[in-house]
Amino acid sequence: MVKQLRKITLFLFIFHFSLLSHAQDMTSLVQKVKAKLDLVNDYVAEGKMKTDVAFIKAPVGKVKVFFKKPNQFKIKRDNGISILPKGGVSVNMSSLIEMNNYVALSAGDAVIDGSKTKIVKLLPMNEGSEIILTTLYIDESNLLIKKAITTTKENGTYEMEFFYGQYANYSLPDKVIFAFNTKDYKMPKGITLEFDDDMSKDVKEKMKGKKGKVEITYTSYIINKGIDNSIFK
Amino acid sequence: MWTLLQIELYKIFRRPRTYIAFVAITALITIVQLGLKVDGKEYAAFVTADLSNSLQVDGKIINGYFVCYILLQLLLVHVPLLIALIAADMISGEANMGTLRLMITKPISRTEFILAKFFAASIYTILLLIWLAILALFLSMLIFGTDDMFLMKNNYAVQIENADIFWRYAGAFGFACLAMITVAALGFFLSQFAENSIGPIVATMSVIIFFTILSTMSIPIFNLIKPYLFTTHMVAWKEFFDVKVNADNETIKGTIQNPGKLINSSLILVAHIILFVSASIYVFKKKDVLS
Repeated sequence: MVKQLRKITLFLFIFHFSLLSHAQDMTSLVQKVKAKLDLVNDYVAEGKMKTDVAFIKAPVGKVKVFFKKPNQFKIKRDNGISILPKGGVSVNMSSLIEMNNYVALSAGDAVIDGSKTKIVKLLPMNEGSEIILTTLYIDESNLLIKKAITTTKENGTYEMEFFYGQYANYSLPDKVIFAFNTKDYKMPKGITLEFDDDMSKDVKEKMKGKKGKVEITYTSYIINKGIDNSIFK
Repeated sequence: MWTLLQIELYKIFRRPRTYIAFVAITALITIVQLGLKVDGKEYAAFVTADLSNSLQVDGKIINGYFVCYILLQLLLVHVPLLIALIAADMISGEANMGTLRLMITKPISRTEFILAKFFAASIYTILLLIWLAILALFLSMLIFGTDDMFLMKNNYAVQIENADIFWRYAGAFGFACLAMITVAALGFFLSQFAENSIGPIVATMSVIIFFTILSTMSIPIFNLIKPYLFTTHMVAWKEFFDVKVNADNETIKGTIQNPGKLINSSLILVAHIILFVSASIYVFKKKDVLS
């Protein structure tokens, strides 16, 4: 009996440490990804932004994207209005793993866009953190984040997909797709002053899509050349 | 005909009453522009409040194009009342002064006489709208600058690119001319039936107010008659500010979402103008002028 108990205790002990070491492995992987991201102090990127929200008709516009460590991020549309998900959730990767105090747990493997990835769950230790959970899909061999799903307290769940090309050495994507949840849109007629409502029910239903997407396709990056802080104000 | 038209225009622009509309429009536009210049951000936040639940709109929402749209929404409901002041006075004013009988003793046909008066009222209407365009569009562009237009509709929002807007205003003002000439034609028609100006002016205003209320109320029984009311079609200028999207939900530059509606409304307004003017000619030809 005692022998059996010892065996069970030993098994649990080994199992516990194997789990811990596994979690430790994910932390080190996240740290490696972060270290690669840290190669970029700042960048100015040019690209095209497309906002795809069911109840918004918007054109594709040229944008300039500014980033500066640790988490300053700004999207400016060339002479125009830009529509972005609320909360200013930066469409960049540094914001995903900027937390210092987190637990990184492995959640298996997955294939994203033809690449094998490790699924890593990032849990912030700080209870006051806006982020509740981040799931990262990390291409271990290239240390690139291919996909991220972030659940926040105030602004719902966001999903980001990254597609890499010539700037992969800096962990900078050629294309980012940012998906988010939207709420129903309905404006009172007293504000719009539009009293005729001849839109069919089918079209109205289509306009009630709950998912929105912002897609940025980058054409060029200027990396580590310095950016003035005033741009982010 | 040209001489007749010149005479009628001279008569219109000699009267102080003519300038009331220009002064009223100037005062209204400048007060709205001042308000938006001072508190534009608050207004933009109010307008985009519903959208801000899940999105943030960055950029210069309050710009000259947007301000002009707000002004047109507000003013094109009230401008008909100002037009009625002149158009509904065209025949009844002459009758009131006792000059109508004298006028038709001249060697001109009654049709020519009526058409000259109607064209003069139309020119006044067009000049009023040009003044409106100068203040609401060009002055707003000067004060607020230009940028993309972000419009909130009942069920969706539309963003129109800066370079794709100006022609829409040209079209919208052209359409507004048609709508306001319809009002002028109505006032002109009603002015046949009175020997003082007050009656036709009030009658025109009443018809417009009554029809506008019917056009704006979403009650099923009224929906049946709405397509037959010219006031329903007068607001179709807004169609210029809605764009088509492609399969990827991207706006297509230079398009109008519902051009058919715009053409249909234009034709209905033209039909009303023809109807009112023809009826005016018919009534006036048959009229026993005693004043």
